[in-house]
Amino acid sequence: MIHMAETKVNESEKPRIGVFVCSCGSNIGGFVDVPSVADYAKTLPDVVYATQNMYTCAEDGLSNIREAIRKHNLNRVIVASCTPRTHAPLFQATCESAGLNKYLFTFVNIREHCSWVHMKEKDLATKKSKDLIRMGVARARLLKPQEEAKVEVEPVGLVIGGGVSGMTAAASLADMGFPVHLVEREGDLGGFVKILNNLYVTEKSAAETIKPLIEKVTAHKNITLHLNSSVKSVEGFIGNYEVGIAPKGGEEKKYKVGTIVVATGALEFVPEGLYGYNQYPNVVTLTEFEILCRKKTLPKLKSVAFIQCVGSRGQKMSYCSRICCNVAIKNAINIADNYEDMLGVMEKQGTLVDKIPVEKKATEEILERRRRRRGRGTEGEGDAEEVKLGPSEKIEVTVFNRDVMAYGVEHELTYNKAREKRVKFNRYTLDHLPKVFMEDNQLKVTYFHETLKLERTMPVDMVVLSTPLVAQPDAGDLSKMLKVPLGQEGFFLEAHVKLRPVDFATDGIYVAGTCKGPADITEAVTQGAAAASRAATPMAKGYVQAEALSSVVDETKCTGCGTCIEVCPYGALRKNEKGIAEVIVAACKGCGCCGATCPEGAITMTNYTDAQLLAEAKAALQEEV
Amino acid sequence: MSSDVKGAHEAGEHGFEPKIIVFCCNWCSYAGADLAGVSRLQMPPYFRVIRVMCSARVDPEFVLRAFKKGADGILVAGCHPADCHYIGGNYRTRRRIALLKMLIQQFGYDPDRLRLEWISAGEGEKFQKTITEFTETINELGPSPMRGGG
Repeated sequence: MIHMAETKVNESEKPRIGVFVCSCGSNIGGFVDVPSVADYAKTLPDVVYATQNMYTCAEDGLSNIREAIRKHNLNRVIVASCTPRTHAPLFQATCESAGLNKYLFTFVNIREHCSWVHMKEKDLATKKSKDLIRMGVARARLLKPQEEAKVEVEPVGLVIGGGVSGMTAAASLADMGFPVHLVEREGDLGGFVKILNNLYVTEKSAAETIKPLIEKVTAHKNITLHLNSSVKSVEGFIGNYEVGIAPKGGEEKKYKVGTIVVATGALEFVPEGLYGYNQYPNVVTLTEFEILCRKKTLPKLKSVAFIQCVGSRGQKMSYCSRICCNVAIKNAINIADNYEDMLGVMEKQGTLVDKIPVEKKATEEILERRRRRRGRGTEGEGDAEEVKLGPSEKIEVTVFNRDVMAYGVEHELTYNKAREKRVKFNRYTLDHLPKVFMEDNQLKVTYFHETLKLERTMPVDMVVLSTPLVAQPDAGDLSKMLKVPLGQEGFFLEAHVKLRPVDFATDGIYVAGTCKGPADITEAVTQGAAAASRAATPMAKGYVQAEALSSVVDETKCTGCGTCIEVCPYGALRKNEKGIAEVIVAACKGCGCCGATCPEGAITMTNYTDAQLLAEAKAALQEEV
Repeated sequence: MSSDVKGAHEAGEHGFEPKIIVFCCNWCSYAGADLAGVSRLQMPPYFRVIRVMCSARVDPEFVLRAFKKGADGILVAGCHPADCHYIGGNYRTRRRIALLKMLIQQFGYDPDRLRLEWISAGEGEKFQKTITEFTETINELGPSPMRGGG
């Protein structure tokens, strides 16, 4: 399965090091005496060439490196400039273009870690730059060329989760011609969305919206559906995963897949003990409210209060759930426009929510008038006026919020629309949380009016709590199985928040949808399609090249104690038939935890060997290499 | 001039230039140090960063050998708990450093000469603060026992 490319560099050659010290305009040159640093570099052992450049990353700097490699027969290159995190790939490619193995390149950071943080101490910054280059030389002398392993990729995908993002990912992969296994633990596809009423912006029914997607996934010849099933085991590495899938109560069956997309979704936070939830009737969560609307079982209402950020943004959860402002605004408009449609069949379908106590009151008409007046802010409206009023004024809708996050192109307009329909937005702060209580058989909300600086109480018939999406409680099991990390809030953690939003750091595994944090349907679809495209890349190519950054076991030192196998977070070590530790190169990510743990010193890392790191440390502490 | 830079000069005036090794994990702390640079956060110039992929790569032996070669202080910086690029390497680092602190004490080293800090890619300021504080600590402790100090 793993092929090694042909080796090109003679390992026994004596090091011939070239050092390129960059001024980066004045970024380094202004705070470090670059010429003296380059002169110093020439005095270090095995350095046969040292120079300074104005901008090493510019084309003349790069061609300088290429020429020097040829002219001085360099077999190690050191660039002392900025950070390897941004520029290592560029200089490594330059070395490769001149025929030098990229693992013989060393980066020395004298900008971020030196000139920029010691701007008022040129002497000390210059001394530090020399030290850093000495450390680089010490490391470079011990570098060895590395070959990147080639691993074949099984062109079959696995998608875990049959919600919107999972279905999108599966359909995209299937359209590209790859067979896909789609695993869903429930009996139906559709995930969280299938229980909702309608969706914001389009206002179309949720079920109708996702119906075409479900139909496509169900009918697609490349998709194998595993409903009522879950993933029980995952072995292997990119291109070569063996996954155990079992139906509920059934037997586990193994499948071979090349890549995996995780799209396991999220749950709604249950606000136990908050704002009278589970204590008073008619205090429901946003999703419960959606269900009432969808099933047309809303009770008769005159006044509805939404409370936003229940349990989120620094309360139970630290984060903003992103979708609830827009969902609440949508529902507020729904109530204003389509309230009548969501009523009426309650009696037939059975009561989901108790009848509102206020309905039983004789003074209802008076209460209603008062409420209506309060909503309009004028006294004494007459019957003639009332005819003109839209349905919105038959129900008073108040959204208690901390901030309204109506971001983007559409949502601000929707928010304005809600305001036009006289939905009231009342801001509250953490110092003055609204209180929900029952008094004289009437549900009430007390809140602090920020403008009036007064505490006020209003009767309401229903309180809708906007609670955040939270991570699946069993996400940890899958995280351990797949060896991918979870963030502090229990959501899956991508490889890079900006540049690799649907990749995991583990190659061959990708993430989409609400299992990595709150997202709406648009975002879930985008991420599902993105994850599918990322997963398809190695499958279409047919192989992957693993970075030569893995642990290496010295068989003569290993005693087979197995400590490394225990600490490896990726299952990349196993015992071979001789009872000695063996590295599965394609699974190893090169963290080096095993190397630090091995009691025999039998494990080191390619390109980060014990000897290299110790040489760096020694060179940092002593004026010699 | 910021106070930390002044502190650095004072150190020089006392004729003691502390030698501080900082092991930074590639994913969080090294990036945090980069951010400190990009933000031009000034700090004492006596630390030298060694990049490792994960803080868990820092073999206890590296720490002991660096002390033996004359390091006055060693800082190990990794990703915050639950934020490790390699799932949970930092938890192992935490245990190792706790043990190492006990061990170096038996060699006559003040345990404060070894420090573990969680520094994320977004915490340039924390990197600056950590370096400044740690340099002050080492200045107070003076040269290491290997360099004739106590």
